[in-house]
Amino acid sequence: MLTYTLRRILGMIPTLLVISAVCFAVIKLQPGSFTDQYLEDPRFTRETAAAISRQLGLDQPALVQYGRWLWGVVTRLDFGYSFLQNRPVVSVIGDLLGWTVFLSLITLLFSWLVAVPLGLYTAFNRHGWPASIANFLGYVGLAIPDFLAALLLVALVLQLGGTNVGGLFSPAYIDAPWSWAKVADLLGHLWIPVLALGLEGVAGLMRQMRASTLDVLTQDYIRTARAKGLPQHRVIWRHAVRNAINPLISLAGLSLPSLISGTIIVSIVLSLPTIGPLLYDSLLNKDQYTALTLLMLSAFLLLVGNLLADLALAWADPRVRYA
Amino acid sequence: MTALPAPTSTPSPWALAWRRYRKSRLGVIGGWLLILLYASALLAPFLAPYSITAQHEGLSYQPPQRLHIVHEGQVRTPFVYGFKQERDPVTFARKNVEDRETPIPVQLLVRGEPYRFLGVPTTLHLFGVPEGAYFFPLGTDQLGRDLLSRTLVGGQVSLTVGVIGVLISFTIGILLGGVSGYFGGWVDNLIQRVVEVLLSFPRLPILLALSTLIPARWPSTWVYLGIVAVLALIGWAGLARVVRGQVLAARGLEYVTAAQAIGARDLRVILRHITPNLSSFLVVTATLALPGYILGESALSFLGLGIKEPMTSWGLLLKDAQNFQTLRLYPWLLIPGLFIFLAVLAFNFFGDALRDAADTQSR
Repeated sequence: MLTYTLRRILGMIPTLLVISAVCFAVIKLQPGSFTDQYLEDPRFTRETAAAISRQLGLDQPALVQYGRWLWGVVTRLDFGYSFLQNRPVVSVIGDLLGWTVFLSLITLLFSWLVAVPLGLYTAFNRHGWPASIANFLGYVGLAIPDFLAALLLVALVLQLGGTNVGGLFSPAYIDAPWSWAKVADLLGHLWIPVLALGLEGVAGLMRQMRASTLDVLTQDYIRTARAKGLPQHRVIWRHAVRNAINPLISLAGLSLPSLISGTIIVSIVLSLPTIGPLLYDSLLNKDQYTALTLLMLSAFLLLVGNLLADLALAWADPRVRYA
Repeated sequence: MTALPAPTSTPSPWALAWRRYRKSRLGVIGGWLLILLYASALLAPFLAPYSITAQHEGLSYQPPQRLHIVHEGQVRTPFVYGFKQERDPVTFARKNVEDRETPIPVQLLVRGEPYRFLGVPTTLHLFGVPEGAYFFPLGTDQLGRDLLSRTLVGGQVSLTVGVIGVLISFTIGILLGGVSGYFGGWVDNLIQRVVEVLLSFPRLPILLALSTLIPARWPSTWVYLGIVAVLALIGWAGLARVVRGQVLAARGLEYVTAAQAIGARDLRVILRHITPNLSSFLVVTATLALPGYILGESALSFLGLGIKEPMTSWGLLLKDAQNFQTLRLYPWLLIPGLFIFLAVLAFNFFGDALRDAADTQSR
């Protein structure tokens, strides 16, 4: 197990290297450069713009810029400098990363708490109208893009006369120290992004849970359990659900990075303090090291998510472990 | 050698699949919905009462107008009420209110703004109101442009992005996946490493990064092609991996050996012998992949990185509703979202039904 994990982690390194090179190439291929904005500004002369360009290292060939960035990352975990904010990228990302992961985990928790019971219910009561409604809602959840869901929720709240939309806190609490009132305020804001982000996950997980439960219910060991006279709840919880939930465990790890991707666009709509708006701004303004670091970060989270999914599955399913 | 008795009344596999598809209620609904959506995109300029760039001065942010049939207690042919300009008694702001006095009849097949349909210039529109009056069934945007017209024409972009994107990514995916599975060895290794790296890219962030590559001064048709290319570039990897698996399994089968024995070239074996046997699988995968493209395009356009004015798409139309203030005052700007929803829903219904119909093993 340990050697397997280590091998997987070491295997990430070449992949991340290739990804960083491709991402840097993509960023560098963007037409124009960061200092172009100064050329249009009458307060800056051509010489000043060139000086800024030299200071930021933008006059070097792209390969040298990439090499320096990579060297900084490998030797001192220095992810470069944010041109837009005039401080190191690491300090820019710091807080935002925390909120991003927090929001994604909360959404993951929410979608599991809703989807697993719903999936089980629809698997055991296949023909009733509540199951049909749940199945239809599953389709609906898959068909509404997350940003549209966010807009709809916001529109709904606004039409009902509410004002508590956008951001994670009301203005009064943004810089306030943590207190119960602040937590309550956070919860009052949190439900819109969680619902908007979780909708797709709930729909997907519910369908998966339903399908895998139906698969398990036709297995011989379920018949055996029934035949030896176990009570229904024991058959369901100890025999069916434990096995049916395995595919979902690997899905959970896989959905974490896509959730983080999802927060990007929802955060832009709802102006949440996550890495989404930062990535958007840095890409548009050619703040190359911030954009590169954020792209790498999301690729890294994707790989970690995959690894966690495999490890969690091995932990939950002995057949995987001993194979 | 005696000829085998011809199977006289056995229906073909396609006919069987069709029969199974017809049984799925949601699938049939999805199919009809798709036909309806694509027909409306094709006929968009005819169905739309106005051109998508026509700005109606003084009529910005008009709410959707209702179609009435009862005027002062009398039933008449469908009509709408026109506008009357009034000043708000408190703020003195100018605003348009419904003029309940004068009903304006809505006419079918009227002459309006000129457009070209399949290259033929014409001015015929499905419906309209007499000169001087306006009818905006879904309201107008900030510049006073008719939202219904823009939504219908936007559908042309949103609905074709998926089809073209899937065609491109399937061509790449089938070719590379086929070659990878068929030849094996170092070719297989190389292609699979590329696929692995592509699959390790987080989808949305890399989409955003790639779409910033499209220069701002490109004409909007080029931008459209650029967006399709970006979406397809990300999309082919997963498919190549699945096709490789299928080809790998088919490689050992007798019909492939037979084709090789009669001297068919490798590419011919892949494309003419193996691929047709995967056709049902490919059709289903394509249908289920399409919503991803529609959602991808709408997300990019919504963020302002996709389709550009004067072209329009459903995602771009939703961009107008991004501001909370606008959203509160003019909620009808969200209506294009309903079309995204319907299109994706229809593709999912249709795709799921196709998958069940093509799947003969599970029965």
